[in-house]
Amino acid sequence: MTAGAGERPILAVEGLGKDFVVERSLLGSPRAILSAVKDVSLTMMPGETLGVVGESGCGKTTLGRLILRLLEPTAGRIHFDGRDITGLSRRGMRALRRQIQVVFQDPFSSLNPRLTVRSIIGEPLKNFGFTEKEITRRVGEVMEVVGLQPDTMSRNPHAFSGGQRQRIGIARALALKPRLIVCDEAVSALDVSIQAQILNLLADIQREFDLSLFFISHNLGVIRHVSHRIVVMYLGRVVEIGPEDALFRQPLHPYTRALIAAVPEAEIVEGRQRVPLQGEIPSPISPPPGCPFHTRCPIARDRCAREVPDFVEHQPGRWVACFYPGEETPVVTVDRQREAASL
Amino acid sequence: MTAVAGDMAETIGEAEARPLLEIDGLTVEFATLRRKVKVLEDVRIDVGKGEIVGLVGESGSGKSVTAMSVMGLLPDTARITGGRIRVGEHEVSAKSRRQLRSLRGRDMAMIFQEPMTSLNPVLTVGFQIAEVVMEHQGAGQAKAMARAVELMRAVGIPDAARRANDYPHQLSGGMRQRVMIAIAMACQPLLLIADEPTTALDVTIQAQILDLMVSLRDRFGMSILIITHDLGVIAEMADRVCVMYAGQIVEEAPVRDIFTTPAHPYTRLLLRSIPSARHKVERLEAIEGTTPSPHAFPEGCRFHPRCPEMAERCREPQTFERIGPVRQARCWRAREILARLEGSS
Repeated sequence: MTAGAGERPILAVEGLGKDFVVERSLLGSPRAILSAVKDVSLTMMPGETLGVVGESGCGKTTLGRLILRLLEPTAGRIHFDGRDITGLSRRGMRALRRQIQVVFQDPFSSLNPRLTVRSIIGEPLKNFGFTEKEITRRVGEVMEVVGLQPDTMSRNPHAFSGGQRQRIGIARALALKPRLIVCDEAVSALDVSIQAQILNLLADIQREFDLSLFFISHNLGVIRHVSHRIVVMYLGRVVEIGPEDALFRQPLHPYTRALIAAVPEAEIVEGRQRVPLQGEIPSPISPPPGCPFHTRCPIARDRCAREVPDFVEHQPGRWVACFYPGEETPVVTVDRQREAASL
Repeated sequence: MTAVAGDMAETIGEAEARPLLEIDGLTVEFATLRRKVKVLEDVRIDVGKGEIVGLVGESGSGKSVTAMSVMGLLPDTARITGGRIRVGEHEVSAKSRRQLRSLRGRDMAMIFQEPMTSLNPVLTVGFQIAEVVMEHQGAGQAKAMARAVELMRAVGIPDAARRANDYPHQLSGGMRQRVMIAIAMACQPLLLIADEPTTALDVTIQAQILDLMVSLRDRFGMSILIITHDLGVIAEMADRVCVMYAGQIVEEAPVRDIFTTPAHPYTRLLLRSIPSARHKVERLEAIEGTTPSPHAFPEGCRFHPRCPEMAERCREPQTFERIGPVRQARCWRAREILARLEGSS
């Protein structure tokens, strides 16, 4: 995970953790704790898209919020552009807000529907003391960048379709010329024909402005498409990090392997193979001891139930937390088309 | 052979070949404050016995309204203004509410995206399954509870006897969907309609639920109409596919043909806009513009404003017609596109 010679990571996270107290005793001492994020370390280079993927409860959204400093970590450090921002004051954070922005799944569920597009996109600018004239000019600029007509800036968001509203959300994130954007399920609510437009738009913007994208999604197809490198999370922990191509072609962690094999592909695949997983995702409030994945893992041994595997660099640039990285897993062959034909 | 006998032979042959579900020219209108909005027009779908048919489309295409029409669950503001629906021996579109109620469960059942909203939070899941058994089969409570546990086992709920006493909130999303499937299976319906059954589930759990539905089809010979926006789910499950756009079926074909030789421009573009986990492309081929709302479906071919192959003739209404022995499409160019694709492969 070390950077190329001379280049400094835009983001470096070390041993990051976040515990939530979900239940307290009568006297207020914690009774049940949920470790949403546990011991996460990763780096991101300028201009890179780091994809974060995992199923519900894996901690990907919490990790995004920690990086945005919308949540306080309970362990670990966050460095932005070489500077430790973990203990930054409110005032220090204000300056940082210009550099780190966010795009949510539906940016309008939390916004006043009576605001105009101009005031939505321009709000961050206003907070940083831009004049009305400057705001109008900059809002027009970013609207053009995201493919919206600047002359529609006085309309309300409900006059726009889902895809256009996500363009407004992206324009708002771009307004302050940030260096890093956290995208949290940014295309998940969109129809596939519109999703493709937004993914193409993000790729164009990234190239044009040398942006870094921290891209959180549950959709493996989307993650593969946008990412340079990928982080796979399970029950609050990172289980694997690697370059997009290598990770998808030759996954090292059995969970990564199972996850990729479970994706229903929009094509006819002969003799499709799946990794059979037992049971369900355990509750993050009472995660299993040892490797968090061992209860469902098809290659788990006794040791996996006792010890937590270290997160190590197994091959250059490829990190994994498993005692048996890259080991073949049992597979089942799904061949429904043949079954159906013989009916 | 006398004329009468000939007729009879024909009738019997027809009855056997007759699909279990037949939706023929279905047109549905919703009354809004100002005017009537036609949300479905001339929808035609057949589902054979033991067949899994996928109905795929983006938001607002009318797939859920189609399902609700079959189930007789359209809201009061909606009206079927054309066409007919038949399930087995029953003309659904001619039935009263009361008759429909007895058909649901016995002849056809439905599962939805979010099982939590269909389950009663204050009753145990075992009881909710048993209730259906009691209502439709007149079984006593003890016998119905035993049957409920059996059904829970059949849909792969581990430790079923104990889980039967759980309340819905004590189960995971995947287990709740299994309970919904158990309820749907309680009376061994001929037809199961599954509306986005795995959309709210994680991908590893989704795979388990899809497997379950296919195995139930294989074991009981039930027919399934699966409604989804996800072409991956379609490729995985369906024998035949109907693609819906703006309230109409635009293409229908066996699953292999849809993915290898899509003949309607919309189907082809939709397939190319999906990012795949199996291979990476430099750039996705997005479809320009946006999916139209029923308030403003375009005239003529409803896809023409977004179609890169648009021609003058596309401004006229298109008919849904046969383009191959087992294929239909609603595009005057479809035959030519198909010939080109089959020629090049």
